[in-house]
Amino acid sequence: MSQRAAGGSGSILARFRLRERIRDRDQAVYGILIIAAVLFPLVTIYATDGTALVSQATRAGYFVLLAIGLNVVVGFAGLLDLGYAAFFAIGAYTYALLASPQLASSPAHHAVHLPFWLMLFVAMFVAAAAGAILGFPTLRLRGDYLAIVTLGFGEIVPQLFYNFDQWTGGINAVGIIDQPVLPAWIQGPWSGDGPVQIVRSFNFGGDPVAFYVLICILIAAAVILVSNLYRSRLGRAWMAIREDEVAAAAMGINTVTTKLLAFGIGASFSGFAGAYYAADVSLVSPDSFLFIVSITVLVMVVLGGMGNISGVIVGALVLYYVVFYLIPGLPENVTNLANSIGLSSETTHSLADATQHLNYIIYGAILVAMMLLRPQGLLPSRIREQELKHAAVQEEEAAVEMEHAT
Amino acid sequence: MSLPDFGFYVLCATAVVLLAAQAVIHPTEFVQVCIFGLTQGSIYALVALGYTMVYGIIELINFAHGDVFTLGAYVGSAILGFFAISEGEFTTVNLIALLLVFPAVMLIMGGINVAIERVAYRPLRNAPRLAPLITAIGMSFFLEGVMFLWHGPATVHFPDILPKTATTIAGVFFGFKDVFVVVVAAILVALLAIFINRTKLGKAMRATAQDRDAAQLMGIDINRTIAATFFIGALLAGAGGMIWGLYYNTVYYQLGFRSGLIAFTAAVFGGIGNIPGAALGGLIIGLIAAFSDSYIGSKWTQVVVFGILIGVLVFRPTGLLGMRVPEK
Amino acid sequence: MSQQPAPADNILELTDLTKRFGGLVAVDNVSLNIKRGEVFALIGPNGAGKTTLFNNVTGLFQPTSGRVVFDGRDITGFKPHQVARWGIARTFQNIRLFDYMTCLDNVRVGRHVRMKAKVWDSLLKLPRERREEERVTEEAMEFLRFVGIAKHANQYARNLAYGQQRRLEIARALATEPKLLLLDEPAAGFTPQEKVELMQLVKKILTRGITVFLIEHDMKVVMGISERIVVLDHGEKIAEGPPDEVRKDVRVIEAYLGKSA
Repeated sequence: MSQRAAGGSGSILARFRLRERIRDRDQAVYGILIIAAVLFPLVTIYATDGTALVSQATRAGYFVLLAIGLNVVVGFAGLLDLGYAAFFAIGAYTYALLASPQLASSPAHHAVHLPFWLMLFVAMFVAAAAGAILGFPTLRLRGDYLAIVTLGFGEIVPQLFYNFDQWTGGINAVGIIDQPVLPAWIQGPWSGDGPVQIVRSFNFGGDPVAFYVLICILIAAAVILVSNLYRSRLGRAWMAIREDEVAAAAMGINTVTTKLLAFGIGASFSGFAGAYYAADVSLVSPDSFLFIVSITVLVMVVLGGMGNISGVIVGALVLYYVVFYLIPGLPENVTNLANSIGLSSETTHSLADATQHLNYIIYGAILVAMMLLRPQGLLPSRIREQELKHAAVQEEEAAVEMEHAT
Repeated sequence: MSLPDFGFYVLCATAVVLLAAQAVIHPTEFVQVCIFGLTQGSIYALVALGYTMVYGIIELINFAHGDVFTLGAYVGSAILGFFAISEGEFTTVNLIALLLVFPAVMLIMGGINVAIERVAYRPLRNAPRLAPLITAIGMSFFLEGVMFLWHGPATVHFPDILPKTATTIAGVFFGFKDVFVVVVAAILVALLAIFINRTKLGKAMRATAQDRDAAQLMGIDINRTIAATFFIGALLAGAGGMIWGLYYNTVYYQLGFRSGLIAFTAAVFGGIGNIPGAALGGLIIGLIAAFSDSYIGSKWTQVVVFGILIGVLVFRPTGLLGMRVPEK
Repeated sequence: MSQQPAPADNILELTDLTKRFGGLVAVDNVSLNIKRGEVFALIGPNGAGKTTLFNNVTGLFQPTSGRVVFDGRDITGFKPHQVARWGIARTFQNIRLFDYMTCLDNVRVGRHVRMKAKVWDSLLKLPRERREEERVTEEAMEFLRFVGIAKHANQYARNLAYGQQRRLEIARALATEPKLLLLDEPAAGFTPQEKVELMQLVKKILTRGITVFLIEHDMKVVMGISERIVVLDHGEKIAEGPPDEVRKDVRVIEAYLGKSA
């Protein structure tokens, strides 16, 4: 009997190691992403002699952050949120108003300049609170109704920022937003123009590389935190609710608070990303948070494979490239192609013009085609190497049974 | 009475009292706003019916529906261009053109919607829930893209071919157009009601909405029934688009997004899946939007409409006429 | 409502329990007492209101009137998760597993109520959370072994054979450490061999000090394991007693075979 117990705990450890190994695909994806993240600025700065591409990558970064957050809501807990951009807007405006000259021209008459690092957390908290306030009365609703409520919320929030123009500047947007400043203990002789210049100056004063490094760190932190949640008591409760809410409740899970947590945590990521966005682009207007943003992030999550964090990151990067790079770049590419095959410049011009008008059609067609071809996403979490896992455990349990029998 | 019910009644009562005050202080303006609200609401009702029917039968929020409505106006405008119509006055040619084009646009939109269902939704009937939702959004972008490609981002003129007859009764202005919109919408809704309740296909649609598997066992052709639902929804949306064009004489490619959301709100308001509810919801949302435009300011209308959407779902999740469904 | 402590030998007492849906009375004034440590069966024709009664006990429905007293505590109107926390677990007539979760995770969800980890512990993977996860994994494996499907631990629940799914559902319910286990037609669709195994499993569950309350159609199973039986017809209790008595009851025979028999 004691032998069996020992075998049991040993087998648990063995199983743990096994599970680690089986997450190989995820680890491979993360490995590639890390290498790419490090090489990207080095290569592009060297190749293009400029930082435009690094800025682009930073922009892709906050979509990745948004997708990771929405994945908690949609992928883990199975709650459809069609107004996710609203929390992004709330985060962005929280930082924009409290770290810019904006409030000087408002009825408050005093500009507020709170530090970025503090505001990251404040924005996160404000967005989470908004999520909780919206979620508390609505999370009892059936799935589709929740989707509609969030859709309505997503339409209301930008309109409110637009309407309260005394405070937010409305259509004129909030500008001249403060740049993050590195805390003193990070600045030293190794940075800036000092004698031992290991890292670049990182003064954030419009330095795209600094923003790029920061977003990479934020994403890495987000991935670690969300992965921890995924493999925890709470993560399993979310998935149980996603699979069968009645059964989950019968297992003692408080479905309302558990869903509220998913909603709040998802919203906090969005708020976090929003504050970062405001600091990066230094200009926040209601038009940046429309339905299309919510949908794009949702599509990123679905495209990547709902529930699977590494898949969602890949999905976000791929879709970002398609939406913000490939499609807008089409006219130019078409022009080049037409020129190279020797079409007249008039034809070329009208071709480029036509493709410019095709943006919507192409995006729409991509969404439809993507879902028809791969409704479960690029890297779905569900199709892991089940068989491999299964075979190993079966062997082990058979051994335990044998031992038990003898 | 439960707290949500109480909240709901308090909200309704407050709104009614405020409106009644307006009606007493400025009766003429109030009636004028009501007329505007009813015409607008009739159009929302036609569009809302398509949302509610599709949701009732396959539980899909058909995001492309608002764009089918807008496309109806675009197509109608184009076909009317082939006739020797005279704008600003009402001629026999106008009448003939209208009688030919109106049903033609309805049928064309019906055909387009059936094609959309066939391509984008039917293959995904057993896929994860989110998949058809995303293709619906994709189709919405696609249709908007088609209209954008067709006429660009600017507003498009729709021929003004209805009689300009108008009268003023006790200071309230109303024209032939107002009557036309409400009457045509009412006739279409009545026809739909007859169709749903009396015909075999209508019964098949109701049966499929109730329980798809059971309906299939009873020998109902599910694919055909669902296609018919999309067809009829789009007939109404096409009619809505035509009426919109005839009434406002202007459309633009993104009209369907916003007005589609409002129509969808109307469908939810009436209890989604509930056909009379959608018609009633359309009228009420139209009125609410008109009241909000005149009394609160048009920049708040969106906040008001979607605020009501959230409020209804929180306080009365099954809508005004929706039935309470026991959870299994 | 005043809380009267129940006599210690009754784990569950239903008093005048009634559930109406509109005009339909699904459960009509049913009273019954279940003794600690027994196997108690609820039988009756289809549509007699058996599952509705279960749903009222587990908080899925709120009873229209009447009281549910569990282990001396009035739990009438409790939410399902509260009922589970106090020690009632259940299975479902039409198996409700978490399909796209592994068997191990299904059972670990069952451990949810007996775990302490909070959001912060999980977010930061604190040592105590790690230890709890390891412990719970081991416990969950124990439950899987108990019902005999441990070798399928890492398979998705949906990929199990039908009989194994029923077992997994029982394991998941046991993982909540219930004092009372409600089984809703556990033998439905089973082969004779599987039924025998199920009866053995129920007996094994009893040895853990858990009271079993089951709905079952199969008379062999019911007669074989239950100590007392209640018969429900059209929501009403028409008979109660040991298997042999109930079997001979005229009203029961009528209910099952119709008046003419």
